[in-house]
Amino acid sequence: MLFGIEWDTSSGWAFAVSILPILLIGMWVTIQATVLGFFIALVVGLVWAALKAAPLKIISWPAAVVTEFLRDTPLLIQLFFLYYVLPEFGITLPAFMTGALALGLQYSAYTSEVYRAGIEAVAKGQHEAARALNLSGTRTFTHIVLPQAVPRIVPAMGNYLVSIMKDVPLLSVVTVLEMLNVARIIGDRTFNYLIPLSLVGAIYLIMTLVASSGVRLLDNWLPKQGIPLK
Amino acid sequence: MDWTQYLNPLMLGAWVTIELTIYSTVFGAILAFAAGIGKLAHNPLIRAISIGYIEIFRGTSLLVQLFWLYFALPVAGQAIGIDLRLPPVAAGVLALSLNIGAYGAEVVRGAIQSVSKDQYEAAKALNFTPRMTLWRVALPQSIPEMMPPFGNLAIQNLKDTALVSLISLSDLAFRAEQLRNFTQDSTTIYTLALLMYFGLALVLTAMMKLLERFVGRWRAGAR
Repeated sequence: MLFGIEWDTSSGWAFAVSILPILLIGMWVTIQATVLGFFIALVVGLVWAALKAAPLKIISWPAAVVTEFLRDTPLLIQLFFLYYVLPEFGITLPAFMTGALALGLQYSAYTSEVYRAGIEAVAKGQHEAARALNLSGTRTFTHIVLPQAVPRIVPAMGNYLVSIMKDVPLLSVVTVLEMLNVARIIGDRTFNYLIPLSLVGAIYLIMTLVASSGVRLLDNWLPKQGIPLK
Repeated sequence: MDWTQYLNPLMLGAWVTIELTIYSTVFGAILAFAAGIGKLAHNPLIRAISIGYIEIFRGTSLLVQLFWLYFALPVAGQAIGIDLRLPPVAAGVLALSLNIGAYGAEVVRGAIQSVSKDQYEAAKALNFTPRMTLWRVALPQSIPEMMPPFGNLAIQNLKDTALVSLISLSDLAFRAEQLRNFTQDSTTIYTLALLMYFGLALVLTAMMKLLERFVGRWRAGAR
């Protein structure tokens, strides 16, 4: 029994059907962690992108080193680091929050590159035209650069959303009850790992197929709105 | 405990991490070429197998694949009467290679497809067999194109090796966790572990750059 739901071990199919609702509870946690981690990655990544684009080397250089470090070190160790080290500095977060933060930080290094590429892709003539029209720097950024950069950014971000979803099972090591952890607990208690773990694999396959076809739809839809992607 | 005393056990773990990275990158590259070329094959069976492999291993989480190979495969083997219990090293290398191979397969396919049509027409005009066209014309020109994404995948693979600590392989991540349990000195140990992974990644990046320069000679028109 888990989350108050009993399982039926009389046959393979009955077992699979009876544990599906339990796994779906885990899936909901996986989705929540994905969305929160993605949100953190979008926000923090924008900060990194802005810092890296700074004209002062003393600002841009450390930002570049930090993002490189975040990108080149394993999520698992970053997760352990946050989980065990933050409390030593008096910051105690629930395991779920720590996990989402770790996901967000790792992927902020990737999203910052997407922002940078998207912003750099806006043609130079646009900047010159904005200057000729006497627009201020912030106005140029918010009204000229961003509206043109966002459509280029969206599909790449969608791919990272899918990647984050596939990294959520790591949070099980800090006791978050996401889908894989739930499946393992069922396996530990019934000595049958095959069915729960295979179901998790199948559910993952469905989730990533749905998510990536969503990204593809967006990819096709944006150019039709008169917004070129390349 | 002084931080220098952590170095020795962590170094032992780092060596396991290096070995795992090398094995799984090499096996992963073989799988990537097999599946990437297979996806472009004319034989529908080979194509279906390649696409199925790529979609399954790109579509699910690496940790799910690792646990499936380590915990679920023995149960499946029991059901059909074969002993499929894998030692942790085998399960780890297999999961890492299968996973990175699926990502690499898309890179291989993309690079082969980017070889210009003229090259294939020229090969045909010179009466090359399909096999000769692949080995002598398509692959030598597409391998340099594959190198930058392969470099990223190698780094990805290095980072992913940390997951095998969860099936009790004593790599760098495992040693760090062990030391932490023993000394409770989380900050120092995990900082050291992160720095060591970062150092390994920098070395790996430099090596991939060298390899990239080496195969750059195969680019069409380079000389």
